[in-house]
Amino acid sequence: MYRKIMVPIDLAHLEVIEPSLQAVADLARHYQAEVCYVGVTSTAPGSVARTPEEYHRKLEEFAQRRAAVHGQPVSAHTISSADPIADLDDLLIDAIKDVGADLVVMPTHPPKHLDVIIPSHGGKIATHTDVSVFLVRPERS
Amino acid sequence: MDNHPRDERAKEAETSEGVPAPEGPANLIDTDYVIGQDNLATDKLGFNIDLHGKVFTISALVTVFFVVLTLALQAEVEPLFNALRDWLTGNLSWFFLLAGNIFVLLCLVLIASPLGKVRIGGMNATPDFSYTGWFSMLFAAGMGIGLMFYGVSEPMSHFSAALGGTTVEDGVRTDWAPLGAAADDPSAAATLGMAATIYHWGLHPWAIYAIVALALAIFSFNKGLPLTMRSVFYPVLGERVWGWPGHIIDILAVFATLFGLATSLGIGASQASAGLSHLFGLPEGDATMVLLILGITAVAIVSIMAGVDKGVRRLSEINMGLAVLLLLFVILVGPTLMIVTGFFQNLGAYVVNLPALSNPFGREDANFSQGWTAFYWAWWISWSPFVGMFIARVSRGRSVREFLIAVLLVPSLVSVLWMTAFGGTAIDQLTGAGFEGVRDAALELQLFVMLGELPLTAITSFVGIVLVVVFFITSSDSGSLVIDTITAGGKVDAPKPQRVFWAIIEGVIAIALLLGGGLVALQAMAVSTGLPFTLVLLVGCYSIIKGLMSEPRG
Repeated sequence: MYRKIMVPIDLAHLEVIEPSLQAVADLARHYQAEVCYVGVTSTAPGSVARTPEEYHRKLEEFAQRRAAVHGQPVSAHTISSADPIADLDDLLIDAIKDVGADLVVMPTHPPKHLDVIIPSHGGKIATHTDVSVFLVRPERS
Repeated sequence: MDNHPRDERAKEAETSEGVPAPEGPANLIDTDYVIGQDNLATDKLGFNIDLHGKVFTISALVTVFFVVLTLALQAEVEPLFNALRDWLTGNLSWFFLLAGNIFVLLCLVLIASPLGKVRIGGMNATPDFSYTGWFSMLFAAGMGIGLMFYGVSEPMSHFSAALGGTTVEDGVRTDWAPLGAAADDPSAAATLGMAATIYHWGLHPWAIYAIVALALAIFSFNKGLPLTMRSVFYPVLGERVWGWPGHIIDILAVFATLFGLATSLGIGASQASAGLSHLFGLPEGDATMVLLILGITAVAIVSIMAGVDKGVRRLSEINMGLAVLLLLFVILVGPTLMIVTGFFQNLGAYVVNLPALSNPFGREDANFSQGWTAFYWAWWISWSPFVGMFIARVSRGRSVREFLIAVLLVPSLVSVLWMTAFGGTAIDQLTGAGFEGVRDAALELQLFVMLGELPLTAITSFVGIVLVVVFFITSSDSGSLVIDTITAGGKVDAPKPQRVFWAIIEGVIAIALLLGGGLVALQAMAVSTGLPFTLVLLVGCYSIIKGLMSEPRG
């Protein structure tokens, strides 16, 4: 049913996306789908990498590690931006078309009041794309 | 992007999203420092924060301290700060003037030298922004607001002073005329006045910005160091920049930016309010000014939430468009022929008078060279961390030569044209038609009085006020981004609420000082940061040369 799953990755906060990665692995195996890991990095040096090239190398390594876990084909797509924190949603929405994904899987937080001012990335992306979006919330403790 | 065919990457770089293909050899500095390693990060407050513990805390405390100090002890503090400023511009004017000349010369040498071929962000880096967007942002952040107010008033001041000739009391010149003045010769006084104005708005201020911006851009995009002031010191201090010496440089940068912006915001609001009252008879007072600051801050917040590309760039472009329209209007409806020939005449007068105007030693026109030039230089330099850092952030992908031509030469020429059109028209109204309105008007109203003598006054004056307000918004939003990046240890992707926090703080300080008094005192304080930053800039010159020498040249 799904051929290519796009998974936005924040290499600086891998612990946040851990639960969603399991869901990605299960879905990829179930649908025999390719997984494209997408990272958005700043053109200025950041905590993960000091250049966009270095960031892409790290994203590739990450993708290969995930391939070893779920056994499906993977790819890595790096987008660099002068202001990644503000452009993130729009860049990811464009990336869905660019990489040709038909499903997006990403983690999100439970709804909260602050969403009115700063909407969640997952929610914003789901309302601006025509492909299916699977938002993974943290497990309830 | 190894899995992308080459042409697809190139295509991606051309899309308007500000998404360059990351590529190209550069010469990274080898350091173990991880950007953000000293940061405090938490999401306990209901939203994420990620900031440099020491720089953020100390900057915030110092800010609060100075605001409270000026509010509580205004009568004591104001003369103190003013004396500090006067001492600096009086006794160290030679230092400011000399440093300014060094900056201009270095920029000009770099344009001509092979080092100009180095590309910011690596040899194959592609620009993040189009020429229009880039140039609009440079200009809006750099001096937009000043051109609105000084475009008419400064040429007029120098013209009047020069026309009055020199006066000497006890062997000391007491007049404010530049150089040897031009007593009773309106044509020579006009030329001298324009040359002096252009000197203050031409190569020198832009060279100051260019040096800071270039140093930051190279050490960030080519050397891989964080986008904060301390990185410029790496060639001198080495790994020590990550410790206290670096913290102090960054805190000083936050301080200068915050107070420079807040005092400008406060003073600008009083000027915009004077304009509104002159035009529409709105009540001039605290309420109008507070509303103006609230409005400016609100739009600035929307702009920084939307980001550099969708917020700051768009606003800057709108502003640039409006400014061009107003400029064209004045040129076409005003004394067109005088402005066109005046452009070349003034440019020539600028070049001819430049050696004398920029001479740091043995000046006889002390009032002018200290009260005007040295004050301006200290003020530009105190703004340079903010403007320079913002220019650096949006200049990735440009070659050093391209960068310097766009940051130094083009804006200088635009300043010549702007001053010729606005100041020249006002002087022409006085000498040609005998209209004394502009000369006798209050400083903040001179632009509107000049426009009042041209047709369509209501429309053009309204455009003028809109320009003033939007130029403030574009300074406020880019300033908040810069402060946020410095206090986040150089992270440009710190959580959004932080940049909103700084925009609000700026507005709050401006309102507090406006109502409580002390704006002028704090401005004097901000200008005083020009001295330490002149040293920072001189180190920047050394770092630029050292950094560029080790880069591959295309």
